This record gives sequence, structure tokens and C-alpha cells, in this order.
Amino acid sequence: MEDHYFHSVTLDASLCKGCTVCIKGCPTEAIRVQKGRAWIIPERCIDCGECIRTCPSGAKKAISDPISLLEQFDYCVAIPAPTLYGQFRASVSCNRILTALKSLGFDDVYEVAAAAEILSHETRDFLIQNKGKGTFISSSCPVIVRLVESRFPSLLDQLVPMISPMELSARIVKEREKDRPGKVGVFFISPCAAKVTDVKNPRGITHSSVDGVIGIKDIYKELKLAVSQVEEEEPLNKASALGISWARTDGEGAAVNSENHISVDGIDHVIDVLENLENGHIRDVDFVELMSCPGGCVGGPLAVENPYVARSIVSIREGRHREEESLSYAESFHPPKGVDLLWTEQLESRATHLLDPDYKTAIKMMEEIEIIRKGLPGLDCGSCGAPSCRALAEDIVLGKTSETDCVFKLREKIRDLTREMIQLESRMPPGLDR
Amino acid sequence: MNFEYQVTGDDFSLAGRASSDIKKKLKQLGIPSCTIKRTAISMYEAEINMVIHADGGSISINIDDDIISIVLKDTGPGIPDLALAMQEGYTTASEAARELGFGAGMGLMNIKRNSDNLTIDSIVGQGTTVTILLKIGE
Ligand code: SF4
Ligand code: SF4
Repeated sequence: MEDHYFHSVTLDASLCKGCTVCIKGCPTEAIRVQKGRAWIIPERCIDCGECIRTCPSGAKKAISDPISLLEQFDYCVAIPAPTLYGQFRASVSCNRILTALKSLGFDDVYEVAAAAEILSHETRDFLIQNKGKGTFISSSCPVIVRLVESRFPSLLDQLVPMISPMELSARIVKEREKDRPGKVGVFFISPCAAKVTDVKNPRGITHSSVDGVIGIKDIYKELKLAVSQVEEEEPLNKASALGISWARTDGEGAAVNSENHISVDGIDHVIDVLENLENGHIRDVDFVELMSCPGGCVGGPLAVENPYVARSIVSIREGRHREEESLSYAESFHPPKGVDLLWTEQLESRATHLLDPDYKTAIKMMEEIEIIRKGLPGLDCGSCGAPSCRALAEDIVLGKTSETDCVFKLREKIRDLTREMIQLESRMPPGLDR
Repeated sequence: MNFEYQVTGDDFSLAGRASSDIKKKLKQLGIPSCTIKRTAISMYEAEINMVIHADGGSISINIDDDIISIVLKDTGPGIPDLALAMQEGYTTASEAARELGFGAGMGLMNIKRNSDNLTIDSIVGQGTTVTILLKIGE
């Protein structure tokens, strides 16, 4: 396995002003600001990209692979996310976009939307077979899988144990090209920062078949130019409306065709739903589609177009595809022979907020945390660099910082000290004191 | 160690806050997932019940080496027929509450199913005390 704590989302320290805007929005309380700059606690980060969206200085970035990576392979296949179709005006055809993409140096293109169609059908079968076994959670968004691992491990068994459309696309390509001499490289064209992490450090499988993840925004300029220069559109678009719809919220939910499904986007709403699922409050729901980004993958941090505009474009394309019935449905909804869809690895609880592995010690620490928290002002102002007074109390007990990080506590200390000094100052030497 | 919460009545938007907070704490303590889930379901159900039927109250939670005990106290109307209230499907939730989707006859049975021990002391006109015990790790 690659570095356990690899993250796509990182901080450019030279741009960070230490403003503390990012610490509030992080859903896993993974960010602290210390010594005038933010840093990310690696074991807590789930690569949701919220901090990229909120940082006013553009200091949070997602690392993806450069297109020059193609040079290391003999035969290169692009697997674009359906979100790519939302980045160009609806009048630009899918074939035109794919032809342009191919011209950037790829030998072939395979749409992730096509794999999404296969997964829609497999998921539907899975839900029918597991009817009555509770509510199942889509595992296609890697952020959700990581969030469940770290914050909701009691729901791990409810994740649909299937690989993502990206992964399936790569497996299909690799299977197809297995007899080709030379090195075949498969590159995901991504709106998603978390997919970069998911390729380097996947969940549910031992290693990813994807060789590189290229951010949509990183190739957008060249791609836009290429789109305008396409002379002859190749018939590369095979996916239908069903697969394309996965780019937006409720695309997957509707495609799996479960009567009782809900679709939720935006990390805060997602957390709320997971809380409710854990409390047993959500019943009579077979399937939940949870997307970390606003609007679904169209809102991904590596996408370019405004998510709501992109969503509307995707919907227009879906409508058009539905009308053109001649389009062949991907792989007849079945994975090609030799391609497996199921997870092979058990997911583990990653209790990133655990105070101590020893229960008795953890209890002691929690008692201390409560005492410290009660002594803090409770304003959750963030000026200490922690997202809340409670988080600061935890950091203090974990030995990461001290109480005087709190400006109010610091002022109290200074006041006490001043009082003491004034008292001392008023004392005369014993010989003169009368 | 002990935690206290005050629950305000008739405010469904705040209902469930105490359960969420306790859940977070149990996770920090490394309590097994299955216990957390049972605690979450039992306590949430009881907390919602308190909002629906009793105009709020107080919750006291004690976590020790192997037992989590949750005591919910309200000064609400009390339960006239406990045996009836414990039956599957029984609900005294108001129409408005039921339309919200809460308290649709799961209530006490659901707590009983998810906990290791459930006792209810109720005096009509004075209030109800619900005590839920959960063994850690089972
Ligand atoms: S990517 Fe998400 S989880 Fe990671 S630090 Fe940023 S906001 Fe927090
Ligand atoms: S919603 Fe889509 S783009 Fe956003 S994190 Fe999840 S998979 Fe990635």
C-alpha cells in the first residue's frame, strides 16, 4: 500500500494567511491554524475539498497528475467522468468533447458514464437481493466511504460493497487491452480531488487499475481550444442518459431504480443523514445516494463550470440522449467477462477521534477535557486556531497545545500577572516599610 | 463519567442534539460500534419521545467501565397504562407529531429491543422517568 496518509488536498503555505476561515467548515475538524498558518491533521482529512472551496486566499489545493504522465505509457486511454459533459455548452456534442479530449494525446477514450450504467444495474440487483437488510449507502463517492470509516463506523456494513464507476472503467479498459504489447495507461479525467487519493490509497480493493488522475481544470484550457478545432467528430460517445446522469445529484439514485431512495448532496447534509441513519430515524429507505459536493460531482473541486450551470447542461444532455434511442446502451449493462465489481477487502473503522486506545485512559482524558472546556469562554471564535472551544480542550489534553492559545485565557493570565506585579510593586523594602 | 443535557419541548429542530453529542463522545472513548448504534437508537427514540409527549426534560448519562446508563426525566403528563404503552405499534403521539414522521408507534418497543434493560417509572400528572441500561461491547 502507498503512504497511508496520502492526501490530494494540501496547503500551499506561501499563500496561507492564517485567517482561520477554513477551520470552521472542515467536517472532520482536521484543520488547525498555528504560527500563522493552517495545517491539516492527515489522519482526519477525508479529501472532501471543503477547505478548497472556502479558503479566501486559494491556499488549499488538490494535487492531481500532470498530463505529461502519459509519456510513461505506450497506449493511453482517457476515462472521463460524466461531469466533463457539464463543462461545455449543451450545444457542443458529447462526441465533439470526447474527440477533442482524445486529441490531447490519448489513443482511446472510454466513458466512465458507461461503467456507471453497468453499476446502476448491478446495484439494483444487489438491492433486490438484500431487501429487508436495512438501508444501503452508495459507495461511489470516496469521501463518503472515508467519512463512514472515520465518523460512522457502525454503518460500514451498509455501504454497497462495489467498486466505483471510475475503477470499473479502468478494469474494463485493462481487460480489453490485455493483449496489447507495451504499457497501457488509464487516466481518469476528474472533477474530484478525493479520487486522486482513492487511486493512491483505495478502499475495498487492494490496488487501483487507474494509472493517473488528471483534474478537469488542469486540462480545461487546452481542451476548450481542441473542442473548437475538431474537424470530424468520432463516434466515441456510447453512454446513455442513465450513465451521464451520475454527474449530478440523484443521477445514481434514480438510475438504480429503487422506489425508496433518497439522494443527498453537500457534506453537511450528508452528515445529517448519516446521523439519522445511525439513530435509526431513517427507515423505509432502501438506498441513499450521498454526494459530498454541492450538486453532486458537477460541484467537484476540480471542475470548472459553476455546479448549477453544469447540472443544467447535464440534464439537457440527458433529455437529448433519451430521445435518441439509437444509442447503444453500455455493455448491455453487464460487465465484460473477467471484470469483477465487488470489493475484496473488508473496510475498517478508522476512529480518528479516539482519545486513547485504552478505555480507562480515554475516560480520564474526557473528564479533563470537560473540565477545561467548562473553563473556556464557549464562544467557538476560532482565534486559537481550533474549530471550537471543545476542540481546543481536546488538543490541550492530547498535549498538542496549551490553554493560553485561547486569547481570553491569555488575557486572564496577563491580568492575574499584572495584579501580582502591582502588589509586588507596592511592597517596600522591609527596612523602609513603616 | 457523567453528562447532563436539557431537552426543550416541542422543538423538533433541536430534537436529537443530545443523542448526537453522546454518540460523538462514545466514539472518542472507543466504545464498540455496535454499542454506539444501540445507544444512539435508544437514546434518540427516548429523546424524541420526550419532546413529543412531555415538553422536554433532562437527560443524565453515566458511562462507566462496562455499562452506559441513560436516565431521562420529564415532568410531563405521565403514562396512564404502561403495559399498553409497551405494546408494539402503540403510540400516543399527536396527529401533528405523527405527520412529521416522529413517534409512529416505534417508541418504547424500539428502545427495549436495542437496550439491555429498560425501566419506566411514571406517575400520571407528575412525570416519567425512563432508565435505559446498555452493556458496553455487546
Ligand atoms: S479536504 Fe475536507 S476533510 Fe480535508 S482538511 Fe479540507 S475540509 Fe477538512
Ligand atoms: S461528489 Fe463526486 S466530485 Fe465530489 S467528492 Fe464525491 S465523487 Fe468526488
